[in-house]
Amino acid sequence: MSRIGVAFDKARADGRALLVGCMPAGFPTVEGSIAAMTAMIEAGVDVIEVEIPYSDPVMDGPVIQRASDIALAGGVRTADTMRIIEAVAATGAPVVTMTYWNPVERYGVDVFARDLASAGGTGLITPDLIPDEADEWLAASDAHGLDRTFLVSPSSTDARLAMTVQHCRGFVYATAVMGVTGARARTSDAAPTLVSRARAVTDLPIGVGLRAGYADGVIVGSALVRCVLDAPTEADGLAALRTLSAELAEGVRNPTR
Amino acid sequence: MSADALAPVAGPQPDSAGHFGRFGGRFVPEALVAALDELDGAWRTAVADESFRAEFGALLRDYAGTPSLLYEARRFSAKVGARVLLKREDLNHTGAHKVRNVLGQALLTKRMGKTRVIAETGAGQHGVATATAAALFDLECVVYMGQVDTERQALNVARMRMLGATVVPVTNGSRTLKDAMNEAMRDWVANVDETHYLIGTAAGPHPFPAMVRDFVRGIGDEARQQCLDLTGGLPDAVTACVGGGSNALGIFHAFVGDEAVRLYGFEAGGDGVATGRHAASITGGSAGVLHGTRTFVLQDADGQTLESHSISAGLDYPGVGPEHAWLHDTGRANYLPVTDDEAMAAFELLCRTEGIIPAIESAHALAGTVALAPKLAAELGREPTIVVNLSGRGDKDVHTAGDYFGILDKER
Repeated sequence: MSRIGVAFDKARADGRALLVGCMPAGFPTVEGSIAAMTAMIEAGVDVIEVEIPYSDPVMDGPVIQRASDIALAGGVRTADTMRIIEAVAATGAPVVTMTYWNPVERYGVDVFARDLASAGGTGLITPDLIPDEADEWLAASDAHGLDRTFLVSPSSTDARLAMTVQHCRGFVYATAVMGVTGARARTSDAAPTLVSRARAVTDLPIGVGLRAGYADGVIVGSALVRCVLDAPTEADGLAALRTLSAELAEGVRNPTR
Repeated sequence: MSADALAPVAGPQPDSAGHFGRFGGRFVPEALVAALDELDGAWRTAVADESFRAEFGALLRDYAGTPSLLYEARRFSAKVGARVLLKREDLNHTGAHKVRNVLGQALLTKRMGKTRVIAETGAGQHGVATATAAALFDLECVVYMGQVDTERQALNVARMRMLGATVVPVTNGSRTLKDAMNEAMRDWVANVDETHYLIGTAAGPHPFPAMVRDFVRGIGDEARQQCLDLTGGLPDAVTACVGGGSNALGIFHAFVGDEAVRLYGFEAGGDGVATGRHAASITGGSAGVLHGTRTFVLQDADGQTLESHSISAGLDYPGVGPEHAWLHDTGRANYLPVTDDEAMAAFELLCRTEGIIPAIESAHALAGTVALAPKLAAELGREPTIVVNLSGRGDKDVHTAGDYFGILDKER
């Protein structure tokens, strides 16, 4: 079983959801992002999702876009992301990577998979790669023992839902609302419905980009990124990040509070 | 002719998942797959439906003013050393070939029962065309436009608003066309139930490249027949400018099966491909994924999209439609860069010889033709016949061109 699977199982045994915290690599700097992710782990975040900054992030809302722009303007490279993953994985927490497809294709799919595995990354979340176009990634992730998280959406048909989860390994990412990251739910019942539809066709854990009690994992990005974005100094940002991470960690452990 | 512009014809088609060789396909969030499948299904049903084809044909004829003329530009020809036939898409309603695509997609939007269209625009031409169709079909219309472009193209912003559209300035990233496209995509993901994303060129995820190509391929169907009628034969070459590439595919498609007809696409070379300041995705870019499709892209070593540069706002885009990438791969079409200066020299030449002010986009096709003519004449040993897609008129470019030539009176 993958390291993410082990972490999900452990959380499930504790009767709680897994907490995934997302941060763009190289934001605000390479070292700053390592410090931020380490702080999140220390404050109780179970799994770190490292997003590779990309010039055209169509699935991300304004907060993560701004953070990605700052990282890119600072000159972060894909090779830096590998170094960040290695440093964060060294803490012992599972590190999953979220990336748009072009940076992977440009790096070379197999080489990327090899380097990600040797950095200690568990696998990829691919917001703009659907299984239909993923032959090369399916082969590379098999060859290097990496997880594959494709997205499922409230608009996915039953047939696509079944096909998509069949290609996932590690966990499934359910997009809670029809919209970009950081967006608020327009319809509150879309996410639980999607999670139960996905649960009917897979035994894999299901993560939702929303604080929700019915999923196996909750994925938080924009709110954490905003702590760093809005802070006057890096130290203030880290302090705010620790506070929010601890609150979120308490939230998954004691959801009725 | 345009009574059935969608009648089935021979010509290259992608596979069922929208792949043109190693290009095309769908690189989109799962949330959009259902909408793309719905669009693909609606499109396939519509083209098989004679009433849809008749309605589209009637709109093209009665509203857009097609078939556009094929005009023999004798004075321009004499300067160039070729028999140059201009496909006068500049005479269409709204001033460019783009009206064909927006009318087709607006009809399809109605057919799918959707009430809202969104679009991206660079210079504002596609935005104006979309706002036009939205007014005609009583659809809500939101146009995303980079903030840099809303400032450069204030007149087109006003035109869109006059037509009832909402123009949203995009302040993300480089604040130009590619960022407007990202923002339109985000809108679509969030509002896909009632919204159709009316993409302005033969790019984006399947089925857009093939669908847009088919909506505009009447250009080539008409031009081929008009050339036969006028000259008794096919042309030696067909030329067009290539940004996203819809006007070029529109005129190429009918000729792809005519092996003796050479196809030339002229990309925006900006300050010159060697300077890095250009928008020539095929001649100066590399294979990658952008805006939902695999194609040639201007990108850095890490796959980050680079900013494009061109005097022509309509060609100023760091990608190109996947069918062009494939026609380049197979060698069926030739792609060459044309610099800003070369385009503006041809712009001036057409103004002075024919009394036609072309769009700066189309001036790239003219400039490429000027360079091509002597080579083709030498190769053939006779005067070549070249059909040029004059894809749009230059009214929108008067300020840019006036600035370039230094002929604007200084403000008093």
